[in-house]
Amino acid sequence: MKPIEIEKVQAVLDGFTNKSVYVHLETTNGAYASHLNDQAYNVGAYIRNANVVFNQAKLVGNGKVYRAGLKMEMGWIYAEGLTDWIMHEDTKLLLAGHDREGRLMVSLEISETPFSY
Amino acid sequence: MEKHVVVIYPHPDDESFGAAGSIAKFRDQGVPVTYLCGTLGEMGRNMGNPTYANRETLSVIRKEELMNACKVLDIELKMLGYRDKTLEFENRNEVAANLKQIMEEIGPSLVITHYPEHAVHPDHDALGAAAIEAVRLMDVEHRPVVWAQAITNDYHEVLGKPDIRNDISDFFEKKTEAIFCHDSQASGILSQFKHIDKLESEIQEDIKERFSMEEFYTWKFED
Repeated sequence: MKPIEIEKVQAVLDGFTNKSVYVHLETTNGAYASHLNDQAYNVGAYIRNANVVFNQAKLVGNGKVYRAGLKMEMGWIYAEGLTDWIMHEDTKLLLAGHDREGRLMVSLEISETPFSY
Repeated sequence: MEKHVVVIYPHPDDESFGAAGSIAKFRDQGVPVTYLCGTLGEMGRNMGNPTYANRETLSVIRKEELMNACKVLDIELKMLGYRDKTLEFENRNEVAANLKQIMEEIGPSLVITHYPEHAVHPDHDALGAAAIEAVRLMDVEHRPVVWAQAITNDYHEVLGKPDIRNDISDFFEKKTEAIFCHDSQASGILSQFKHIDKLESEIQEDIKERFSMEEFYTWKFED
């Protein structure tokens, strides 16, 4: 993946509005967090291939770390800490945030076709 | 001598970190070894360091790493096709039935798996429990011996001293070679090995000692 280029990513996000899309949304601090540090908590959540329609999408950030908000008819999809992006198989938008060791902490992915399951 | 050893772990790299030395020892004796790998570690958070994998390419990369590690260890590989982080939510009886069927085809004399409830990762606990259930379901006279591996920080205190302690110093190089195959996952730990010559001898010894002993508990079935 490469550092987020806001104008390019915003354009891709806009292209997904008002379409039936599949979303992968995830956050994790790893399955070994409390094994390696007994003060830490294991926390994580993911949803894969949620089929949604959003009518508005916006990426906001400081040039390095970004937040994404997707507005649906009945609610929102939100991700914070996004740093990198790539187009997977030309059509799937992958956004992710990594820690300084390159480990994934958060991921937001959008596609008009389902992600592998 | 063992007839055939079956290793059952959920993730690509569990075999290399957990049992590569014991596996290499069996292969050295000419014992066939089959690895039943539960998932492709699709949901891992390590993406290489510096990052080169992403959530969608990780499974492809890890599958290749797994096949390379099995080639290094000279073992047969069967991928079970479950999904990372979901094993504890699958129907345990179905997973056990699946494992039992595969094992009946192979006819192992020994099964190596994780010690349920003492293996830290929920996938480890769940697949270990299903593997033990699969063996329990077999006729007593056909049951392979089960070596269960605990990896919690305090397992010695909680479970007592393991009855199987394999000193794998002679196969240390083979084990590190297998671990190196899993580059995307192990960069942090791998970097210790990559610079092992530069580390203080005390730390070198500590790493070597930690990776030179593979411990297991022989599972005691009640019936």
